[in-house]
Amino acid sequence: MQNLQIELLELLQQDCRMPLEKLSVMLGVPMADVGAMMDDMEKQGVILRYSPVINWDKTDRERVEAMIEVRVTPQRGEGFDAIAKRIYRFDEVKTVYLMSGAYDLLLLVEAHTLKELGYFVSTKLSVLETVTGTATHFVLKRYKSDGIIFEDEKTDKRLAVNP
Amino acid sequence: MDYDRYINPHIAGVPKSGIRKFFDIVQTMPSAISLGVGEPDFVTPYHIRNAAIESLLDGETQYTSNWGKLSLRNEIAGYLQGRYGLRYDPEQEILVTVGASEGIDLAMRALLTPGDEVLVPEPSYVSYRPGVVFGGGVPVPIKTEESRNFVLTAGELEAAITPRTKALILPYPNNPTGAIITREALEKVRDVILRHDLIVLSDEIYSELCYAPEGHVSIASLPGMWERTIYLNGFSKAFAMTGWRVGYVCAPAPLMDVMVKIHQYTIMCASTQGQVAAEEALRQGREDDYADVAAMRQSYDHRRRLMYNAFREMGLSCFEPLGAFYVFPSIKSTEMTSEAFCEGLLREKEVACVPGTAFGQCGEGHIRCCYATALDKLDIALTRIGEYVKAL
Repeated sequence: MQNLQIELLELLQQDCRMPLEKLSVMLGVPMADVGAMMDDMEKQGVILRYSPVINWDKTDRERVEAMIEVRVTPQRGEGFDAIAKRIYRFDEVKTVYLMSGAYDLLLLVEAHTLKELGYFVSTKLSVLETVTGTATHFVLKRYKSDGIIFEDEKTDKRLAVNP
Repeated sequence: MDYDRYINPHIAGVPKSGIRKFFDIVQTMPSAISLGVGEPDFVTPYHIRNAAIESLLDGETQYTSNWGKLSLRNEIAGYLQGRYGLRYDPEQEILVTVGASEGIDLAMRALLTPGDEVLVPEPSYVSYRPGVVFGGGVPVPIKTEESRNFVLTAGELEAAITPRTKALILPYPNNPTGAIITREALEKVRDVILRHDLIVLSDEIYSELCYAPEGHVSIASLPGMWERTIYLNGFSKAFAMTGWRVGYVCAPAPLMDVMVKIHQYTIMCASTQGQVAAEEALRQGREDDYADVAAMRQSYDHRRRLMYNAFREMGLSCFEPLGAFYVFPSIKSTEMTSEAFCEGLLREKEVACVPGTAFGQCGEGHIRCCYATALDKLDIALTRIGEYVKAL
């Protein structure tokens, strides 16, 4: 991948609403080229979505999050992919990673209430025939996500004018 | 009490920095956006801060060698050779100072005798002229021209030389213009320097913030120049370490002997934790090819293009800066003085810039705007400056 594409991705990651014109000025390339790069990366699946980072804790929405460690029996010919697919199709499951170490899959699961989340684990996840065990850890507080510190003080500590 | 009787008139005669006045006004306006800063908007990278914390926890609270920690000087030697092809012996040609500013002072005091002239290309950093005066010398400004990219030419240099000329300050990449000097331009200047047997004080504090593809070239790397160059650099701009106050001076041993003498009697050594942090900055940089610096440089470069473009769209003529983190647009079309323009902008639109005259009389007709400021604030500031210019 070209350096310029990486630069563009980094700018979009900071602010995906940045207008094409501004991106073009900041990168020093014509607007049409920026648009074409974005199209290409969307087609290649490099850019999947342009979405904001939300601190849900500041909203009224009831929400429970948990990290769930899942141990599974890999299947012949399919490895972990088939079971991962069965798991990630649940709407409650927001993120799935295949992990090295003591367990196999790590899920980030979201539900409206504790009860709902418990219901998901006991009636949907644990009952899958290849799942041999789960360990659920509830998220108490989110300090930093995707490189963004959630309660960061954004004061500029510099003197206003200096040489 | 009549204090004037006691105060050295030579020092009292040096004017206060022109920046002070704006600073005082801005202090009363908490919602103002300042493009008047002269330092990075990044905080020192965490691993660097952490190295200093660890050193404190380990009880490393003593003096270091007058020269600075040898381990740091070794890192500096490696860095200068790797980055700029400069060879300095860490044992006797590299001195760790309290910022590059101390280096200016040391060099002036080491070199000058009363009446010696030092050439100062302008517009340039506010401390050179006072530094020369404090050293007992006479600063001789050389006006550099926007039409020649604010780069000192051989002709301008030649014309300013007198039998009393001892040294030339070479301030590139430049604060406030953002000008850089190319190898070709350096070679032309070098011929004059050699012919007139001058010493050069090369202030390369912004050397890492050079946006030209060919990169920064140090005059000390040119044949015949190493032996007559006092090289200044530091950690403030490249590693976002302004508050740590760590810089360094490199020079041939006979010059260094004199500078070290002043340093050891006046300063003892730069702060120990500052040195530890600086060493970590270079050590990590050596391992990851200066990834922190590269990331910050790229971010400045994006904002540099944005600022340069915005001023041109406002209809102001603007020289394209290729170094440091300043743009220096011309406001001559408004027929206002730099100071009046900046004061009006601050009072009416709450945006602080620095009048070009703070950097020498020839800065008249320009303003210095720093783009080391968060993108959202830059956007607002540029919109307001645009409105201000339009209404003039």
